[in-house]
Amino acid sequence: MISTDINTALPEIILAVYAMAALMLAVYGGKDRLSGFIFWATAGVMVILGLMMAFAPAGTTSAFNGSFINDEFARYTKVVMLFGSAAMLLLSQDYLIKNKLFKFEFPILIALATLGMMLMVSAGDLMALYMGLELQSLALYVVASFRRDSIRSTEAGLKYFVLGALSSGLLLYGASLVYGFSGTTNFAGIAETIHGDNLDMGMLFGLVFLCVGMGFKISAAPFHMWTPDVYEGSPTPVTGFFATAPKVAAAGLFARVVHDAFGGAVTDWQQIVAFLAVVSMFLGSIAAIGQTNIKRLMAYSSIAHMGFALVGLAAGTEQGVQALLIYMAIYVTMNVGVFAFILNMEREGQPVTTITELGMYSRAQPLRAAALAALMFSLAGIPPLVGFFGKLFVLQAAVDAGIAWLALAGVVASVIGAFYYLRIIYYMYFGDEADALSVRMPMLHKVAFYGAALIMLVGAINLFGVPPIAADAAASLLK
Amino acid sequence: MISVEHYLAVAAVLFVIGIFGIFLNRKNVIVILMSIELMLLAVNINFVAFSTHLGDLTGQVFTLFVLTVAAAEAAIGLAILVCFFRVRGTIAVEDINVMKG
Repeated sequence: MISTDINTALPEIILAVYAMAALMLAVYGGKDRLSGFIFWATAGVMVILGLMMAFAPAGTTSAFNGSFINDEFARYTKVVMLFGSAAMLLLSQDYLIKNKLFKFEFPILIALATLGMMLMVSAGDLMALYMGLELQSLALYVVASFRRDSIRSTEAGLKYFVLGALSSGLLLYGASLVYGFSGTTNFAGIAETIHGDNLDMGMLFGLVFLCVGMGFKISAAPFHMWTPDVYEGSPTPVTGFFATAPKVAAAGLFARVVHDAFGGAVTDWQQIVAFLAVVSMFLGSIAAIGQTNIKRLMAYSSIAHMGFALVGLAAGTEQGVQALLIYMAIYVTMNVGVFAFILNMEREGQPVTTITELGMYSRAQPLRAAALAALMFSLAGIPPLVGFFGKLFVLQAAVDAGIAWLALAGVVASVIGAFYYLRIIYYMYFGDEADALSVRMPMLHKVAFYGAALIMLVGAINLFGVPPIAADAAASLLK
Repeated sequence: MISVEHYLAVAAVLFVIGIFGIFLNRKNVIVILMSIELMLLAVNINFVAFSTHLGDLTGQVFTLFVLTVAAAEAAIGLAILVCFFRVRGTIAVEDINVMKG
């Protein structure tokens, strides 16, 4: 009994034990002298766990009385998160060394945040959901304010903390109402108490509060206010991390809760998710137009992208969940590539974040400008790049589910959003000549940057076989 | 006779006071931390009231988890606040404005 439980949750247990062991080793064994080793060891553990998950036998198992679920859906999102986290961790090394932030706590905090995310997408119970969410959030509050001597970084951490705690409180209030009106905290148990599409008042309030709390975590408008400030203020590698794995975890959690616990009341949450999607897409696309700071720009870009991902969820079908999963995998790949570039935007050792500084970048660095252009075209969703297929899948799912107006809104928002991606390309190829940015780019960054750009180009052939895997994952969630 | 609705009403009132404490407060960040704590405790009242009403222990177990997490959250919040005070020299809410947003 207990041994099967442990077997089911083995990857999480390994990561938890690893994080604690690494912390002890570093504290008693040489502090920051071990940073390099712990960086590589953490990334190594994440990659090994990711491979373990990728090649795990198919099928659904649950542990701890159904509060931990290990199915295809959980494994798919975990693979994306673990590889995304490991990539951002390795990319962050050079920046942290240059800015005297190369501390052993950083990889351990990232490992703990990743552990929280893994628990989130595997949650089968409101309690497990809350504990996973808090483990992730508490680690992220600390990494946001990791540069302790900078006003911007500590302010980002403080803002993130206050709004994050508020959203946790709202989510928890919803959880308490759902518990009170269904009599159980187990998702399967909650689903059994729902008959037909008419939720009673208490459950409906609970559902709305849960959606608001998760909307905060996924940074969907109108609960996005923290995103631009936190993205701008945090150290750049932390911003890159925020833009990848935590977004996948929040999207996975959202899908898990609405389908596992409220799968019988699709029309009730469909309106909420569709509203979040429309507002996010338009706000993310329009508000980004006035931004010149590339980190702030990426924040609004992430809000718009979350809107598109939620379009898939709003469809409320298996096809919609599949589209959401494909979209998140593509989104993470694009962001790893873009942030590998942003981390190297510097002049004489000082980070540069204004996009006008990229003026005529194509003359100094033609290859890099071309690769960045490919990533920007892909973010904008221009065919035949991979980003286009992500949008195609979610919009297709919305049309097939009979909410064509949402797909139409998505197309309009996508056109508006294309403006600011194209503006970056404009500066690189036709802008005013700016002083050259630093030319040095570490090997690892080159691999991630050019690799992501190449994936955007050649992935159009068959998306590397991801859609059938995502289809299996979606089927396991909606069984 | 005090029924479960009375407890829910008290919890709802405390919860709303907590939310207003975060948004209307112009003084300092410590008050925000207290408001967050108030929200979480309101939720705890909800859980315990439901738990007794339903005759089911799960709600009280949940409460214990929430209390633990609330303590960790307050510790991290205060730690970030101390770092912020060191570099900024103030914890007034209107001075948290280096980045507009």
